Amino acid sequence: MATLELLGFGSTGWGALLLVATLMTLAVTATALAIGAVFGAIVASAKLSGNLILVTLGNIYTTVFRGVPELLIIYLIYFGGSSAITSIGNWMGYEGFLGLPSFASGALAVGIISGAYQAEVYRGAYLAIAKGELEAASAIGMSRAMRVRRIIMPQVLRFAIPGLGNVWQLSLKDSALISVTGLAELMRTSQVAAGSTRQYFLFFIVGGLLYLILTSLSDRIFNRAERRANRSMPASAMGQA
Amino acid sequence: MPGVTRLSVRNIRKSFGTHEVLRGISLDAQDGDVISLLGASGSGKSTFLRCINLLETATDGDIFVDGEQIRMVHKNGRSHPASQKQVDHIRSELGMVFQSFNLWSHMTILENIIEGPMHVLKRPKAECIAEAEALLEKVGIAGKRDAYPAHLSGGQQQRVAIARALAMKPKVMLFDEPTSALDPELVGEVLRVMRALAEEGMTMLVVTHEMSFARNVSNRVVFMKEGLVESSGAPEDMFGSGASPAFRQFIGNFGNGQ
Repeated sequence: MATLELLGFGSTGWGALLLVATLMTLAVTATALAIGAVFGAIVASAKLSGNLILVTLGNIYTTVFRGVPELLIIYLIYFGGSSAITSIGNWMGYEGFLGLPSFASGALAVGIISGAYQAEVYRGAYLAIAKGELEAASAIGMSRAMRVRRIIMPQVLRFAIPGLGNVWQLSLKDSALISVTGLAELMRTSQVAAGSTRQYFLFFIVGGLLYLILTSLSDRIFNRAERRANRSMPASAMGQA
Repeated sequence: MPGVTRLSVRNIRKSFGTHEVLRGISLDAQDGDVISLLGASGSGKSTFLRCINLLETATDGDIFVDGEQIRMVHKNGRSHPASQKQVDHIRSELGMVFQSFNLWSHMTILENIIEGPMHVLKRPKAECIAEAEALLEKVGIAGKRDAYPAHLSGGQQQRVAIARALAMKPKVMLFDEPTSALDPELVGEVLRVMRALAEEGMTMLVVTHEMSFARNVSNRVVFMKEGLVESSGAPEDMFGSGASPAFRQFIGNFGNGQ
């Protein structure tokens, strides 16, 4: 009974806070994924450009942000960014600490990392397009911009869906690390609830279950999207996904 | 309009590195001409066809489509089109059919056919669909309009590819070995569509290994060897007493199961 009360929505229950925290995790991850999509697309096109400088820059990006611990990037952006802002503030006469907003800096950090993984997904998806189809588009008189819009983008998205599902899952778990900045997402809220009630097992297991619900729901959504995108695939390839 | 020159190619040269694939090829196609380009693999016939719609850029030479010259810029021994816009426009007037069909795999058959007219020529959708359906009827696959390319046989895909090219109302159709990737039993259905097209008076340039098509459907046969036109003429002459020794040897090899 006492357990139910702790998880309930009453004045002594953590239910409402956990629900909000779950939504916060979802929101920060979705924002990170969107930021990562922009970085990923830019980095992927740099790597595919054939220009030596751009290719090298792209390779540096993916190597660094896939090779360095996520937590370090979050510390770097949140604490590094905050201390930079604070010193600017001090220089302008403001006394005291200026913190970056934890949502924005967390989403940016996870987004930058997600971008490194998304770049590889988009690059692979582009390379999966049959070159003959691009030639056919040129041969019919499509301009470069139209080829990108009508032939390349739809197919990159189609081929990228399975990879993006993995990246989303990774980012969802990475978002737990944003708890170090104090953002009241699922990890942080479970931790606070566990600490203040001393019910560690209860709240960490409930937190874990909520993560599982998020990942399995999103898995289902990605599977459905994949099936939809695969309508045009030969029957033999459909079973594989 | 018989007598109108639809395509004129003058002295086309093309090198890949130090290897000269085309060593000066000229060819004129009048309205309604059906020209078969024959030659051993490596003779440059596919490269020649691809130079005409600038999928490959010729190193030298002039190309006129319906009287309009493709403007080229020569710089540092390399050559490239002066205006990409003109290239896109010229390409929209040349229908291209590839060996490997190259239908857009994410679009249905109908979408493949209306894509060019709707987005390149910017014509109204209803009109494009009506014409696409008539074209599908013509190439014998009306029932498959909502299928995806991957669900069709090679012969069906190639017929769709022909319909896709025709939907642009091209002035000249270019065929790059259209039956070479097909199982033998599917070759006939594609050749029948091409023959019907020829009989309607479409101007066609066909790179092929189908001797029966070259002999019975085309009105001119061009035999290429080592990047040059070795001989050319009416099929009656080329396949008759007027054949050059090299061409005779080429078709002889062909008869022996090449």
